[in-house]
Amino acid sequence: MSDPDLSAADAAQLSPTTEAWPVRAALIALTIVVVAVLLVVPLLVVFVQALGLGIGAALSTFRDADAVAAIGLTLLVAAVAVPCNMIFGIAAAWAIAKYRFPGRAFLITLIDLPFSVSPVVAGLVYVLLLGPFTPIGAWLLEDYGVRVIFAVPGVVLATIFVTFPFVARELIPLMQDQGTGDEEAAISLGASGWQTFWYVTLPNVKWALLYGVLLCNARAMGEFGAVAVISGKLRGETVTMPLQIELYYQEFRAMAQVSAFSLAAVLAGLALVTLAIKSWLEWRYADQLAATRAGH
Amino acid sequence: MSNRAKAFLFSTVLAAGVQFGGLGFAFAQDTLNNVSYDPTRELYREYSEHFAKVWKEKTGKDVVVSNSHGGSGAQVRAVVEGLPADVVTFPLEGDILAIEKAGLIDAGWQAEFPAASSPYTSTIVFLVRGGNPKGIKDWNDLVKEGVQVITPNPKTSGGARWNYLAAWAYELEQTGGDQEKAKEFVAALYRNVPVLDTGARGSTNTFVQNKVGDVLIAWENEALLSLKEFGAGEYEIVVPSLSILAEVKVAIVDKNVDAKGTRELAKAFLDELYSAESQKIFARNFYRPLYPDRVDPADLKSFPEVKLITIGDVFGGWEKAQPEHFGDGGVFDQIYSKD
Repeated sequence: MSDPDLSAADAAQLSPTTEAWPVRAALIALTIVVVAVLLVVPLLVVFVQALGLGIGAALSTFRDADAVAAIGLTLLVAAVAVPCNMIFGIAAAWAIAKYRFPGRAFLITLIDLPFSVSPVVAGLVYVLLLGPFTPIGAWLLEDYGVRVIFAVPGVVLATIFVTFPFVARELIPLMQDQGTGDEEAAISLGASGWQTFWYVTLPNVKWALLYGVLLCNARAMGEFGAVAVISGKLRGETVTMPLQIELYYQEFRAMAQVSAFSLAAVLAGLALVTLAIKSWLEWRYADQLAATRAGH
Repeated sequence: MSNRAKAFLFSTVLAAGVQFGGLGFAFAQDTLNNVSYDPTRELYREYSEHFAKVWKEKTGKDVVVSNSHGGSGAQVRAVVEGLPADVVTFPLEGDILAIEKAGLIDAGWQAEFPAASSPYTSTIVFLVRGGNPKGIKDWNDLVKEGVQVITPNPKTSGGARWNYLAAWAYELEQTGGDQEKAKEFVAALYRNVPVLDTGARGSTNTFVQNKVGDVLIAWENEALLSLKEFGAGEYEIVVPSLSILAEVKVAIVDKNVDAKGTRELAKAFLDELYSAESQKIFARNFYRPLYPDRVDPADLKSFPEVKLITIGDVFGGWEKAQPEHFGDGGVFDQIYSKD
C-alpha cells in the first residue's frame, strides 16, 4: 500500500532519479492528460448533462418518488452491507493473521472470490439458489414469509457478496505483518480477550479498517451487475440508484435524461465525498499513519 | 479511541435497524407490481398516476404501482422464476401462455377482460434516417446487401417476434404461400442485423442514440415516440405494404395475487385500462386504442393506414407459432445458427 502524498514529498526532497527535465515534464504531462481525459472530463460531462435544462429541472428529479426510493434503497443497502462486511472482515483477518491452521492460504483465496467472479454470475447463482420456486426459497417464503430474490433482502445479499473482500483484504496483510506480539504483551499484563481487541488490536488496524470500509461503501452504492439480476427492476421497490440511472437513461422524455444524469451526479458526488474524507483523514493523521505503517 | 470505535459500531448497527423499521412501515401501503415489456415505460408511468387517482377516489386508499420493464421474454422468465407480479401486461399471448404453463396463471385468462384481454394494439413499421438515404420502402428492401437492419432478439423480446412474423407474412404473400421461400427471406433479413438487443427499447437506443444501422424495425408506438422526441427531420417512418396486428395481452397473475391478497386491486388496475380516459392515454402514447371512438380524433391522426394480417390467420395463433418458430431448435434457431 503506497501513499501518494508521502512519496511525492519524499521525491521532491531527495529525488533518487537523474532524468533530464524534459523526461520528467513529459511524464507529468502524460499523467495529467490521461487523468483529465479518462476521469475529469467524463465527471464534468455528468454534471453538465444534469444541469442541461437548468438547476430547477435537475432538482425536480428528487421529487420523483422512484428516484427518492432508489436513493433510500441504496443507502439502506450500504447501511447493512458495510457493517456486515466490516464485522466479517475483522473476524476473518483476525483468524487468518493470528492463528495457524491448515487451509489458511486457501481461505484467503476464497475470500478473494468475489473480485474474480463476474457480478452477473453471482446474481444468477443466487436466483437459482434462493428464487421462490427453489427448495430453499420456497421454504423461506412459505414458512417465514421472507422473499429474498426480486426483493430487498436479495439486493442486500448481492451487495454483501460483491463487497465481501474489501475490508478483509485491507486488514489481512497488515495484521499478518504486525504479528501477535502486542496482543501477547497485553494478555500477559492481564487484559481480557475483549480488552485486548478494543485497546490493542483495533487501534493498530484502524486506518486499514477505515480504508476498507470506505472502499466497501463506495462499491456497495455503485454495484450494478449482481443487483440488476436479482432486483427484478420493480420501480420504487427494488431499484437502486445505478439501476434507476439506467432506467431513466432508456426513457425518451427529455426530463428523464436530465434525471439520469442528476442521479448519476449524486452517485458521483457520494464517491467524491468518500474520496475527500479519505484524503482529509490521511492529511490530518499523517503522523499516526506513518507510525502504524512503520513495519509495513 | 476505543470508546469512539464502540460508539461508531453501535451507531451503524442502530442506523441499519432504523432503516429496516422504515421499510416495514413502507410495506403497510397498497402496492401493485405490474410486469411489462420494454417500450411501455412512458405509457405505464402515465397510466399508473391515472390509476392511483381513480383508486383513491373509489376506495380512499393510496396505491403505489411498481412497473418493471424489459424484453418480454426475459420478463416472462423473471415472473416464472418468482418475480412477484400482480399483473402482467405483455406484447403477445405467447408470453402469458408461458406463465400459464408454469402454473401461475389459471387457464381461461383470455376471457377475463374485454376483447380477449387486449385493451390496445399496435403494429410494426420501419424507422429510417432523415431523407431515407437507403431508399427503404418495403420489407424486400431489408434483405438487400449493404442495408443494416436493427431489431431485437426474438428469443428475449416480444416485439422482435412480431417483427419476425411480419417479415415472414410479407414473403408468404409475395410468393403465394411458399414457406421455404419465407424462411430464406427471413434468414437473409437476419444476416443484415449487426446487433440483437434483448428488448425493443434497447434496439431503439442502438438505432437512435448510438446511430447504428440504416433501418429500425420498430413498434409503431416506439417509432412515433422517436419522431416526437428527436424531431421529424432526423428520422422518417416508412410504412410497409403489409404488417401484423400486434395484440397486446394483459392478465392477473392468479397465484401471486391470491398469496398477497391483491386480487381486487389487480382486477381494478386492468379493468381501468378499458375506460375512456385510459384509452385516451394509450392514443396519446401512440398505442392504437381498442375503442377509437372514445379518444380525441386528433390523437388518431398519427396512425397510418396499414394492411394488417393477424397471427391467427397466417400462423394459426401463438400456441402453434411460438414453439414452431421461437422454441429451442425452432425456425429462428435454425436460420440464426446457420451463419
